[in-house]
Amino acid sequence: MSFDYKPYLRYEKLPHMWCPGCGIGIVVKAMIRAFDDLEWDPRDIAVVSGIGCTSRAPGYLNMNTLHTTHGRALSFATGIKMHRPDGNVVVIAGDGDSTAIGGNHLIHAARRNINITMIVNNNNIYGMTGGQYSPTTPLGAKAATAPYGNLEPSFDLPHLLRGAGASFVARGHVGNGRQLSTILKKGFAHNGFAFIEVVSNCHTQFGRRNRMADPMNMIKWISDRAKPLKKFGQMEEDDKAKYFPVGVLFEEKDRPEYTATYEKLIKKLSA
Amino acid sequence: MKKNMDDVRFWPGNIVVAEAAVAAGCNFFGGYPITPSSEVAAHMALLLPKVGGHFIQMEDEMAAMGTVIGASLAGAKSLTATSGPGFSLKLENLGFGYIVEAPCVVVNVMRGGPSTGLPTQPAQADVMQARWGTHGDHPTIALTPAFHQEIYMETIRAFNLAEQFRMPVILLLDEVLGHLSEGVIPPKPGSFEIINRTKTTASPEDYVPYDTSEGDVPPFAPYFAGYRWHTTGLNHDRTGFPTTDPDTVTFDEKRLMRKVTGNRELIDKVEYFQADDAEIGIFAFGSTARAAMVAVKQARAKGIKAGLMRPLTIWPFPNNQVLAFSKQVKTIIVPEMNLGQIVYEVERSVHSDMPIHRINRVGGVPINPSEILAGIEEAA
Repeated sequence: MSFDYKPYLRYEKLPHMWCPGCGIGIVVKAMIRAFDDLEWDPRDIAVVSGIGCTSRAPGYLNMNTLHTTHGRALSFATGIKMHRPDGNVVVIAGDGDSTAIGGNHLIHAARRNINITMIVNNNNIYGMTGGQYSPTTPLGAKAATAPYGNLEPSFDLPHLLRGAGASFVARGHVGNGRQLSTILKKGFAHNGFAFIEVVSNCHTQFGRRNRMADPMNMIKWISDRAKPLKKFGQMEEDDKAKYFPVGVLFEEKDRPEYTATYEKLIKKLSA
Repeated sequence: MKKNMDDVRFWPGNIVVAEAAVAAGCNFFGGYPITPSSEVAAHMALLLPKVGGHFIQMEDEMAAMGTVIGASLAGAKSLTATSGPGFSLKLENLGFGYIVEAPCVVVNVMRGGPSTGLPTQPAQADVMQARWGTHGDHPTIALTPAFHQEIYMETIRAFNLAEQFRMPVILLLDEVLGHLSEGVIPPKPGSFEIINRTKTTASPEDYVPYDTSEGDVPPFAPYFAGYRWHTTGLNHDRTGFPTTDPDTVTFDEKRLMRKVTGNRELIDKVEYFQADDAEIGIFAFGSTARAAMVAVKQARAKGIKAGLMRPLTIWPFPNNQVLAFSKQVKTIIVPEMNLGQIVYEVERSVHSDMPIHRINRVGGVPINPSEILAGIEEAA
């Protein structure tokens, strides 16, 4: 029997506003499959986003959904999670939203180890505003604001998050939805700040400027570079630059989770 | 009222805010350190976990405002406190609070500006920013208490108004009020009104997040209560989903404004001192109103009939009350710790040939009574 997405979607809001072939739909499907595997009741899930194409995802999800200001999704999510530690709080945002204007919140949520799952749909570009370069646009790639090629080096997000103190760091990609769903499920189930980068495609704004206007070509470009962590580890150093590792890259299960620590304080003071 | 000295607390204004907030039912604070408001945060960090509430110091001012709205949407009564530079940073998310209709209270303990300005010294130069700071049309409620007992009661009123009208409410203090210590008698719990936002009675299936069939303030459903509604900073229709339909957007923006303009009798609050027979009027708020009160007494001792009007609700501006006051006095003097801001509202409110005198001071030193007295004597 085929999987029924309806209980999780606001069906009447479809068709969605993304371009045909956009990777965000794959991420949303993978999220739903992971919610379903975990048997999370949609009424107990809050999905929070910022601004941009990816941040339109919550509008299609039949849950508590909050579409906030540019870059600030994690701060709103933090307020929700602190007041209702029993709720499942997920943030989904794009690379520009979460790593440029929202970069400060990203590293501090990781440091705090608050039990929020952060999904960054990394399509290497500001899509909604018209293809400007983001902190994850590859060096040399073209963008609306980098007509001669991007002059800035890009973030390695898992490294950034690991350094900031995230207790769960993973990466998936839109070329493998099933694997992505498994990774997301692990992230959702993790008790602490879980960061998941999804390497995704914006063939419209990134691809057209970089000889990958066809979404299938771009997804293939992504898939060909994705290597399971173990295989990636066995590669020669020179080859590593051409690929990226996928899977759970780092996990530490026993680190104190922030809201649990706060609840302990409340209990102690009320005793 | 006879004071039982055991009931008196000698607190700086910032501590009064925190104490009163908790008394009003505040159970969430998100903040960021900034002079001269930081004591509010420190005291909330002390109080909140004891009453089962949550305090968090965020990585920046925008994030602090984000937590406050997020917690509010999850059902909390939330507070943040800041000062000029931080208030500037909070403004975008403050606007988000207005459009999604998230009750919360934002304290701005005003200091000298612009920019970093005079961090440890008072000003009243954010009074127009409080009204117009965030972009786009939006309603504003801002309160300006002048005495510490009043700070206590106005903090409670700020929460009540926020809850009643589902919107952020701004509490404007200044560095003098924030740091000056003064006796306060906290009212006994149960002796003052506490208003909580109207919760929806609709079933989750029938819930319409911005249903205004019963009035301009839509009934609320917190997150994780079975109601799966969508919240967005985009203009939205009654279902909460984005729309660009001109009629729908116009209706909704006018409704947001009407929450304030249509409920003036519940929001307005003006105090008078020796105003009944006054010939020289003074309009002042915050710590400047304290100096004005002394100046009125000094003028009266000299036989000059001076009187003070001071708004506790400064936004929406009490235009009608100022007009009525102007009909009784020969002139109005507007002392304020800025280079002339609220005076424009006073001028707009009175009949056109009414002389309005300004007393302005920046530089970080409070306006003292003798300056106002000199103004009174000149005008008399």
